[in-house]
Amino acid sequence: MKILVPVKRVIDYNVKVKVKADGSGIDLANVKMSMNPFDEISVEAAIRLKEAGTASEVVLVSIGDKKASETIRAGLAMGADRGILIEADTDGDIEPLVVAKLLVKVVEEETPQLVILGKQAIDNDMNATGQMLAALLGWGQATFASEMEIADGKAVVTREVDGGLQTMTVTLPAIITTDLRLNEPRYASLPNIMKAKKKPMSEKTTADYGVDTSPRLKVIATEEPAGREAGIRVGSVDGLVEKLKEMGLV
Amino acid sequence: MAVLLLAEVSGGTLALDATAKVATAAAQLGEVTALVCGPRAAGEAAGKIAAISKVLVCEDEAVANGLAENVSQLLLDNADGMTHIISSASNAGKNVLPRVAALLDAMVITDVIKIVDAQTFKRPIYAGNAVQTVVSLDAVKVLSVRTAAFEAAGEGGYAAVEVVALTGVSALTAHVEDKLVASGRPELTSAKIVVSGGRGVGSETDFALISALADKLGGAVGASRAAVDSGFAPNDLQVGQTGKVVAPDLYIAVGISGAIQHLAGMKDSKIIVAINKDEEAPIFQVADFGLVADLFEAVPELTEKL
Ligand SMILES: Cc1cc2nc3c(=O)[nH]c(=O)nc-3n(C[C@H](O)[C@H](O)[C@H](O)COP(=O)(O)OP(=O)(O)OC[C@H]3O[C@@H](n4cnc5c(N)ncnc54)[C@H](O)[C@@H]3O)c2cc1C
Repeated sequence: MKILVPVKRVIDYNVKVKVKADGSGIDLANVKMSMNPFDEISVEAAIRLKEAGTASEVVLVSIGDKKASETIRAGLAMGADRGILIEADTDGDIEPLVVAKLLVKVVEEETPQLVILGKQAIDNDMNATGQMLAALLGWGQATFASEMEIADGKAVVTREVDGGLQTMTVTLPAIITTDLRLNEPRYASLPNIMKAKKKPMSEKTTADYGVDTSPRLKVIATEEPAGREAGIRVGSVDGLVEKLKEMGLV
Repeated sequence: MAVLLLAEVSGGTLALDATAKVATAAAQLGEVTALVCGPRAAGEAAGKIAAISKVLVCEDEAVANGLAENVSQLLLDNADGMTHIISSASNAGKNVLPRVAALLDAMVITDVIKIVDAQTFKRPIYAGNAVQTVVSLDAVKVLSVRTAAFEAAGEGGYAAVEVVALTGVSALTAHVEDKLVASGRPELTSAKIVVSGGRGVGSETDFALISALADKLGGAVGASRAAVDSGFAPNDLQVGQTGKVVAPDLYIAVGISGAIQHLAGMKDSKIIVAINKDEEAPIFQVADFGLVADLFEAVPELTEKL
C-alpha cells in the first residue's frame, strides 16, 4: 500500500508573526520557515505504517515556491521515500480548493490507498484541504485523528470531536487528517538527513496539471487584531477576590 | 438571500446557545432555514430561535453521528436556491463544510468573526495574529463562524418544522462509538466563566484543583495543549488555535505560560486572570489581573474565599 502525504512550508510556529504596515499581508522576509506541525504528525504516522509493514511506500508532495523542496527534504529525512514538488505559478498562499484539485491529479497518477494530511495549516488556519480532497475524489474521510489502525481494507480511526472522542471506520482508499495527539514526530538524525539528499524528488509546476489556480477568496485587507493591554498585578489572593467582586464577576 | 444553517446537535439535543449564535450571523445574510440532524424535538427547539424562519429535521441514524459523507449529502439535497451555507466553526462544522464547499466548487470560509456584507467576511489567520477581510467570488458561499464572536439570537420564534429524508447512505464510512465526556458543567464555548489549567498543574489528580475552582464559580473547565497532551485533561477541553475558541466574561488561566497558540483561543475574553509562579510568563501581558503565586497555594485559597 502506498501512502501520499502532502506537506506545507509555513512560518515556524515559534515566530512572532508581523502584519505588513501597508496592510497587504504578512511579513515573510527573513523569517524561519518549517514544515507545518500537523504535516509532521502525518509524515510520522505514514512512516510508522511503513515500519509496521502495512505500507510499502511513503510519497510526499508539496505545492508552493521552490523552497518547498526543503520541506520535502525534511520529510524524507524523517523516513519518507520520495517527493514531488509542484511549483505554483502564483504568489502568496494557495487556497485549499486549488491544493485539493492539484492533489486529485497527483492521486490519479500515484494511486495511493491512503492520503494523510494535517488537519490544518498554521498559517491560513483553514482546516479544509483534506475534506475537500475527499469530496473531489468521492472518498470517505476521517478527520482530526488521534488514533488509527489499518486492517482488512479499512482504517479504524478515533477522532477528536467537540465533546470527546469518536471512533469510526472508513473504507480504503481514504483520507485521514491528523490531530495533535496522534503521535510525537521523530527528529531526523544526521545520517538520515544526509541520506535524504539522495532520495528522488520530481519537480513539476501547477501548469503541468492544468488546474486553474486563481483564488476564489479575494483578500482585500490584512490587519493587526485589536490589541489587549496588560492590566495590574494583585499582591495576594485577597487582592484578587476584591477585584473580582468589584467587577461584579463573582 | 437564503441561508441554510447546519444546527449544532450534541448527544441528540440541540446545542441551543451555539445554534442561536450561528443564527445571528446567518440572519445578517438572509432568510434562515435550519437543518437539524437529530430527533424532532431538537428541530422544534431550533424553531424557537427567533432568527430562524424554517426548520428541516432529518432523524436518520446515518446523520446522527455527524459522518461527513452523509451530512454533506443531506445539506446539498436541501441547498436548492440557497445563497449561503453556514455552520458553527466547531469540529462538527469543520468536518462537513469543506466537503460541501468542494462539491459545490466553492472555497470554504472558515472561522468567520465578522460578516461585512453578503460576500465579504473577516477571519483570523496565523493563530489570530492577523485578521483578513476576504470577498468570496463563489456563487454559493459556504462559511463557518466562531460562536464566540456573535451574540445568541433570542428565543420566541415559531418556525415550522418539516421532516426531510436522506437520499442515500454512504457505504464509505461507519460509526463505531462515541466517547463523550459528560461533566455536568456548562459547555466550554458558551460558559460565562472558564477556569483553565496548564502544564503547571502537574498531574491529572491535581487537575481537580482547577475543577473545584470552576465548580465554585459555576464555570467550565479548560486546558492548554500541554495539559491535554500530558493526560491531565481530556482533548475536548483544549483551548487555543487548534482547539476551542472561548470568550467568556471571566477567564482564569492557572499554570499556563501564555503561548501564542493558547492566546488565540482566549484573548477575546472580557476579563483575564492569570495565576503563575513565573512573573515573566507571557500570559501576564494579556491578563487584567495577574497573581504571581504558586498555584497549589493560591488556587485552594481562592476557591475557599469565593
Ligand atoms: C501546531 C501547534 C498547535 C498548538 N495548539 C495549541 C492550542 O490549541 N492550545 C494550546 O494551549 N497550546 C497549543 N499549542 C502549544 C503551545 O505552543 C504551548 O506549548 C502550550 O500552550 C503550553 O502549555 P502550558 O502553558 O500549559 O505549558 P508551559 O508553557 O510549560 O507553561 C507552564 C506554566 O506553568 C507555570 N507553573 C509551573 N508550576 C507552577 C506552579 N506551581 N504554580 C504556578 N504556576 C506554575 C510555569 O511558570 C509556566 O508558565 C500548539 C502548538 C503547536 C506546535
